[in-house]
Amino acid sequence: MEFLLQPLTLLTFFPLLGVLVLLFMNSEAKTAIRWVAMVTSLLTFGVSLWVLSQFNASNPDLQLEAKYPWINVAGWNIYYYLAVDGLSILLVLLTAFLTPISLLSTWTAVEDRVKDFMIFFLLLEVGMMGVFLAQDLFLFYIFWEFTLVPMYFLIGLWGGPRRIYAAVKFFLYTMAGSILMLVAILFLGIKADTFNVPTMLARLPDLYATSIDPKTQMLLFIAFAAAFAIKVPMWPLHSWLPDAHVEAPTAGSVILAGVLLKMGTYGFLRFNIPLFPDATVQAAPWIALLATIGIIYGAAVSYAQQDVKKLVAYSSVSHLGFVMLGMFALNPQGVAGAILQMINHGLSTGALFLLIGMVYEQTHTREIKVYGGLWKVMPVFGTVMLISSLSSMGLPGLNGFVGEFTILLGAFGSKAIGSPWYAGISAIGVIMAAVYILYMFQKMFLGPAGEITHHHELKDLNWREILTVAPLLIFMFWIGLYPAPFFNLIAPAVEKLLSALPL
Amino acid sequence: MTQTDFYTILPLTVLAVWACLLLLADLFIPKDRKGITAFLSALGLAVTLGLTITQVGRENLGFNNMVVVDGFSTFINIILLASSLFGVALAYGYIKRMGLERGEYYTLMLFSVTGMMLMAQAADLIIVFLALELLSIPLYVLAAFARPNLQSEEAGVKYFLLGAFSTGFVVYGTALIYGATGTTSLGGIFFAASNGTPGLLLTIGAALLLVGFGFKVAAVPFHMWTPDVYQGSPTAVTAFMSSGAKIAGFAALLRVFASAFPSISVDITAVIWVLAALTMIVGNITAISQTNIKRMLAYSSIAHAGYILMAFVPYGNKEVMPVSVAAGLFYLVSYAVTNFGAWAVVISLEKAEGKGLEISDFAGLAKKYPALAIAMTVFMLSFIGFPPTLGLVGKFYLFRAVIAGGYTGLALIGVVTSLVSAYYYLRVVINMYMREGDPTIEREQWLDFTTVTTAVATVALSFVPQWLFFMASTAALRLF
Repeated sequence: MEFLLQPLTLLTFFPLLGVLVLLFMNSEAKTAIRWVAMVTSLLTFGVSLWVLSQFNASNPDLQLEAKYPWINVAGWNIYYYLAVDGLSILLVLLTAFLTPISLLSTWTAVEDRVKDFMIFFLLLEVGMMGVFLAQDLFLFYIFWEFTLVPMYFLIGLWGGPRRIYAAVKFFLYTMAGSILMLVAILFLGIKADTFNVPTMLARLPDLYATSIDPKTQMLLFIAFAAAFAIKVPMWPLHSWLPDAHVEAPTAGSVILAGVLLKMGTYGFLRFNIPLFPDATVQAAPWIALLATIGIIYGAAVSYAQQDVKKLVAYSSVSHLGFVMLGMFALNPQGVAGAILQMINHGLSTGALFLLIGMVYEQTHTREIKVYGGLWKVMPVFGTVMLISSLSSMGLPGLNGFVGEFTILLGAFGSKAIGSPWYAGISAIGVIMAAVYILYMFQKMFLGPAGEITHHHELKDLNWREILTVAPLLIFMFWIGLYPAPFFNLIAPAVEKLLSALPL
Repeated sequence: MTQTDFYTILPLTVLAVWACLLLLADLFIPKDRKGITAFLSALGLAVTLGLTITQVGRENLGFNNMVVVDGFSTFINIILLASSLFGVALAYGYIKRMGLERGEYYTLMLFSVTGMMLMAQAADLIIVFLALELLSIPLYVLAAFARPNLQSEEAGVKYFLLGAFSTGFVVYGTALIYGATGTTSLGGIFFAASNGTPGLLLTIGAALLLVGFGFKVAAVPFHMWTPDVYQGSPTAVTAFMSSGAKIAGFAALLRVFASAFPSISVDITAVIWVLAALTMIVGNITAISQTNIKRMLAYSSIAHAGYILMAFVPYGNKEVMPVSVAAGLFYLVSYAVTNFGAWAVVISLEKAEGKGLEISDFAGLAKKYPALAIAMTVFMLSFIGFPPTLGLVGKFYLFRAVIAGGYTGLALIGVVTSLVSAYYYLRVVINMYMREGDPTIEREQWLDFTTVTTAVATVALSFVPQWLFFMASTAALRLF
């Protein structure tokens, strides 16, 4: 019992309770199934708030530890070890927050095999929570790989016309990265004689002084980075993302953009930077270079898209480039901004995908050019879309601005990156974001009524749809106007993370 | 013959005698009640399993150092017997449905298991040869059991010819080793080889043995027979063969090389390295283009032989050897469990005359038979090495041993080929879940039992692998 009642164990595995109930339900009772899943995810969100209330923001260390030996035989020292700190607390909350919202968006969108859908979704939540909380590399790897399976089914079963292609591509791409990480994990685990991250961190300085030379450290860094960079995705490893996003059902896209991509950036933060400090400093300019290319490339390609979902997908490549740039600035502003930007991207891109999904449900097309003049028929929808778009492009007063500004500030003055040029060029990306987002908004919402707007009886958002996006809007304004409480959660852990780097 | 001698071979003697008696008893069992033979053979296996379990912790040699009991042989024998129980469970309904229900099926199986067990206990090359023949000949017959079906007959003949050829290698290797060392006892060879300078003759002899065993475990380039034999044999036989013969082959390989040839490991390690790498690469890549599920699983079994072979690469390294042996054993268990499950699902879908065996025949399975589809998904994920299945734990353990032995390059080949394997394993999942179809399945209680047990074990054991780790790591080889 003691094991189950720990806040983090409960938080991670609570959705399984819902899965268990769902397994025994009649698959025809669709409404009841939706409610069970919804209530489960809301209760999980409740547990995450409980975790937040137990969390001590001024403590930079891992907290609320749940730690038990798991496999301790024949030279294996594997722990069941969950803990949370300032680097992960916001992501944990974001996961618990976005899951019920995504489920609410499926209320009428998913009619086929509802039971399976909900089961996979809740399993996915377990996996995501585990990824953000695991402090043992073996456990982390299990959760990391496990998230692939439900997402694969979500895309492959409820996706668009090319769903099988997209699902397989997603699966193989991600797995390609993680197998390299697996080899690196094993190598580290053998050298350090533990898979437990805090213990490993304590032993690594000695190992770097004696048995692991800088070249090996760099190779290990690259092996971990491969797994995470594919997930982020960093240019040039991003090609799975547009396919996965376009084909995934709305709720899948929201979770994919909102949380799954953050697993990549989080991985850099949690593992790459502290485990390989020298390699991190060495690699920082290169990562910054790739991030900058990603920012510009993502923005440019977004502008060229005809499909609005693809546009938002490519904008993710650009936005995640900012996150990577800030993170590898390796100074407090940059890293804190990067963490906040992960949340921001989850909120704004999540909202955009939800909104696109809502109109798609009525029109069954996502081509930008067939819309036009939507604002006149759907004013509420237009307003919400405008706010989300502005948030995504970083308008002051909304959340995106806070994140991007802090990141650029960090990147300009970064010793690790070594040149203000990266930040300077990236700033152009902010302008380009305004261009492609406003272009999309103008084509769809303003001007004369397009083909679709003309011929369809379009209904404005109903109460359920407003309820779906309203929480996201609240946070967009909150973070945009008063980000201090969020930064307070992050700052101590970031200080601690950076203090260990040889800068 | 002393009492110790007798006790050393007690379980397999009981099994052999049981098989002989069953052969006689079967004459009196009416044609329409051959289920009794199945039951009796399962009983024999269970009794033998019980006797084997009483041998846990024992370590001794018998018959002038020709036969051995140690943690390793007991562990192998336990998995062998458990596998053969699954083999009987799979065969029971299958051979009835396919019109192959003849009592000698089970008798042949029991003889083959006896040979496999002897293989695990052999401490002398002569016994290895004896065991190899005892396990192989019944399998040749079983492969052709669906006569006059041409494919089955072809499988039997092919298996027999190539098997006989490979046995020739073993005999020739044994002769050369005898020439080099003057003994066939593994302990004797070890002393002779480590006291003098190991001559070329010994190395060639060892290499020939490697060829012979490589054939049994279906390692590339000795794998040519596998797809045809696996496809042509009755599916229940294939399931049994792909687990049992592989386990026994690996047992012999491990025992002979680790206890007799550590002194020439410098030469042999490189060869096994190449064999393992080739087996993983060829097995996985060829599997991609298969459309028949039996052929696909055949190539997948070749690929898995490659993974297990990786555990042999550091066999000359005294520090890493115990860990890698344990990892190999653990992987064998995880492979055997998953393998039986996958074949059970294949049998559920198989129709008479080899129909229902295309991968596309799995289309729509998830909608109609969700539980079966989930089970198959579990097996496929386990083959890939994905959580939450035993396959992941097995691969983790295996790669760890290989990296600890200093062969990071080989581990890299291993993980990259796992990635390749994901592609064809996923195709089964895609067919089951994402394509429309209207499959029908044959239900039968023992088949369902096998599917459920193996699926549950594949998932559950991945959460509590501790005791299995413990058993595998205590199943140390007795070195002479």
